[in-house]
Amino acid sequence: MFDNPELLKLIFGRLNLEALPIHEPILVGTFAVVATGGLALFAIVTYFRLWTYLWREWFTTVDHKRIGIMYMILGIVMLLRGFADAIMMRLQQAIAFGGSDGYLPAHHYDQVFTAHGVIMIFFVAMPLVTGLMNYVVPLQIGARDVSFPFLNNFSFWMTVGGAVLVMMSLFIGEFARTGWLAYPPLSNIAYSPDVGVDYYIWGLQVAGVGTTLSGINLICTIVKLRAPGMTMMKMPVFTWTSLCTNVLIVASFPVLTAVLALLSLDRYVGTNFFTNDLGGNPMMYVNLIWIWGHPEVYILVLPAFGIFSEVTATFSGKRLFGYTSMVYATVVITILSYLVWLHHFFTMGSGASVNSFFGITTMIISIPTGAKMFNWLFTMYRGRIRFELPMMWTVAFMLTFVIGGMTGVLLAVPPADFVLHNSLFLVAHFHNVIIGGVLFGLFAGINYWFPKAFGFRLDPFWGKLSFWFWVSGFYVAFMPLYVLGLMGVTRRLRVFDDPSLQIWFVIAAFGAFLIFLGIIAMLVQFAVSILKREQLKDVTGDPWDARTLEWATSSPPPDYNFAFTPVVYDNDAWWDMKRRGYRRPLTGFRPIHMPSNTGTGVILAGLATAMGFGLIWYIWWLAAVCFVGLLAVAIGHTFNYHRDFHIPSDEVVRVEEARTRALAAGAQS
Amino acid sequence: MSIATVPTQGADPVFHVIDEHAHPEGASTMLGFWIYLMSDCLIFAMLFATYGVLGGNYAAGPAPKDLFDLKLVALNTTMLLLSSITYGFAMLTMEKSKLGQTQFWLAITGLFGLAFLSIELTEFHHMIHEGATPQRSAFLSSFFTLVGTHGLHVTFGLVWLVTLMVQSARYGLTEANRRRLMCLSMFWHFLDVVWIGVFTFVYLLGVLR
Repeated sequence: MFDNPELLKLIFGRLNLEALPIHEPILVGTFAVVATGGLALFAIVTYFRLWTYLWREWFTTVDHKRIGIMYMILGIVMLLRGFADAIMMRLQQAIAFGGSDGYLPAHHYDQVFTAHGVIMIFFVAMPLVTGLMNYVVPLQIGARDVSFPFLNNFSFWMTVGGAVLVMMSLFIGEFARTGWLAYPPLSNIAYSPDVGVDYYIWGLQVAGVGTTLSGINLICTIVKLRAPGMTMMKMPVFTWTSLCTNVLIVASFPVLTAVLALLSLDRYVGTNFFTNDLGGNPMMYVNLIWIWGHPEVYILVLPAFGIFSEVTATFSGKRLFGYTSMVYATVVITILSYLVWLHHFFTMGSGASVNSFFGITTMIISIPTGAKMFNWLFTMYRGRIRFELPMMWTVAFMLTFVIGGMTGVLLAVPPADFVLHNSLFLVAHFHNVIIGGVLFGLFAGINYWFPKAFGFRLDPFWGKLSFWFWVSGFYVAFMPLYVLGLMGVTRRLRVFDDPSLQIWFVIAAFGAFLIFLGIIAMLVQFAVSILKREQLKDVTGDPWDARTLEWATSSPPPDYNFAFTPVVYDNDAWWDMKRRGYRRPLTGFRPIHMPSNTGTGVILAGLATAMGFGLIWYIWWLAAVCFVGLLAVAIGHTFNYHRDFHIPSDEVVRVEEARTRALAAGAQS
Repeated sequence: MSIATVPTQGADPVFHVIDEHAHPEGASTMLGFWIYLMSDCLIFAMLFATYGVLGGNYAAGPAPKDLFDLKLVALNTTMLLLSSITYGFAMLTMEKSKLGQTQFWLAITGLFGLAFLSIELTEFHHMIHEGATPQRSAFLSSFFTLVGTHGLHVTFGLVWLVTLMVQSARYGLTEANRRRLMCLSMFWHFLDVVWIGVFTFVYLLGVLR
């Protein structure tokens, strides 16, 4: 029966044993490591009988705090994968001189740089940003949860589904070899007939659904669920930047969905949107994808700006300077981010007037960004600054981001861009703003809110070690790329002829090694902090003497966040409460209305991922079955009208009394 | 400027809501669904833009004048517009809590929707039969994608409509079901608005040029 190729094709599509990369030693080694690690994890979870616990308390949870934590874990795991790609590239470029081919064949190297970009943006930065917003925003606005808790769970698992598809491409088949935005005609079926681009498309489509829905969810949460008294202009700045980010998500991810759908039609149906003949226009793709792509970078950096605002105010012991201008700057950036997309391809040939328009709008963005920078500086001015870890990351950000911003303005000048586009100067620029802006912001946020999420601080020694390795590593790794870019070296090259360039690549590789130490120190920091959790414990719920509402409740917060919904009078609500002698209510607790957990999100996302797998490998029956399954499960879910329960007042009393005792014990010691 | 407000100076400030009324379930649903519709609208905007750019690239193949049958499209448009009116009637009777009449108008809406889809599929079939396939030119690729995406939305709307009719029959016009019918109502009218755009921008302008 299995001799029949037609039948095999019907069952397995184009999936066959050759798809397994057994002839590539690097991948076999990676697979061995990943498989051993995965099996060990599976064994541990099974041995300690944690599956039921994980399923009931985590996988099916609708609690925004747990979903936020799961997003963070996903982001950090994927960071390791994305960084492995980075260090492979640095090594390849450092040794591929003087006739040497390096150690990565072109076929593999091209996948590595594509996967690096895709993973770092979609599956590291996005989950980390979404995770922090998910965790912090409802607490900052005094809400019990997000507007649509089930949708939140579903969004998370869709993001995981996308990540699973991208990771799968490592061991089953291959990933795209097109660069992270998969420009046609290269990404069209004529030039990329294998599964790589299909993995790219379906990984992003599955994750994109989750991202869009979580954007809608958080907008509704911020608009509808704010505590009484919290007007728009009394919202914490992080909540403001989250609102703007989610508006950007909802207003840009559908564009990505549409443009990838058109690319899929070209590849699967044979339409002519982006082909070279029959009227197709590849530049249409480049325009459309950057209409999503440019807002995307602000989606990432705006929440980071919010984190810096919270951190600077808290650790300077002062109200944030220029709150109103900060809000307006954020909104202006939100709007301007839609008017600059063409600066990614000035060389398209759209003419002087079009290029000038987009060059000027791009330069204008530096004005609100500069206003923010000065606001942070003036917040620090004459403040009583405490250089704890979050503040250290913030200062590192200010220095680094200004450099990245200035090279950005330089690239915004079309004539300069004609010289520098597609060069390592550009690569240095966007790593300068994404690492210096987004990643440093996320690290500040992780160090800042970790005690809120777990009830103990992160270990400062390993944190500082990680900080110095990361920051110095960043400069050593990327400053040489500016130099190389100015010398005319283009991006994504695998081998080099000119031996005089090698020293710069060796320096950059050393920088990547320093960053590697920074990542290791960070992982050690987590481990050490968990081991030393009793020493690092915080019972007050407010370890930094902070200013916003999330610090008003215990650490970690109870399931219901606040026993009573807080009333807000000031944009530093918790600071105001502390100043005016707030007393925690100890009696009069009532039952609290909460959403119930559900496994539907996991099932739907699992089906969507399997459908993606079917479509990638042309296993049509699998795709069809999963599609029907998706519809059936989604409709079936709507027949369940009972999705909530009440936490009885006894339970609330028990939790709150436990906190009272902990606070009293903490005050004595 | 002063942002701080201290409204209850002197008296003990109230820092938490004591008598909390539960958040009415689904309070954000309308807003959330509206935002979803706008994100969907953006997908259509992209397809319209693509049609705008590529719609003239016939690649020496058939042009709108050769393909579009305005009488058929007018009939089709009528079906969809009528379905919007009848959905409106369904909502009016729902407001009066008349389940039977609501179901009746929903069924009529569904039939009009079905008629719309049938006519559209006939048109597609006819075009493909004449060799005007989505693969023939960028114009046809963008035409089939734009109109087809709208048709897919109508199809999903029909599946949703049937689901809601079953749920209304089973559980009555409960609060949750009313909310769902309201969402579908927005969805259905939204598709109508998009179709007006398709009718004008694709068909009418297409025959003109």
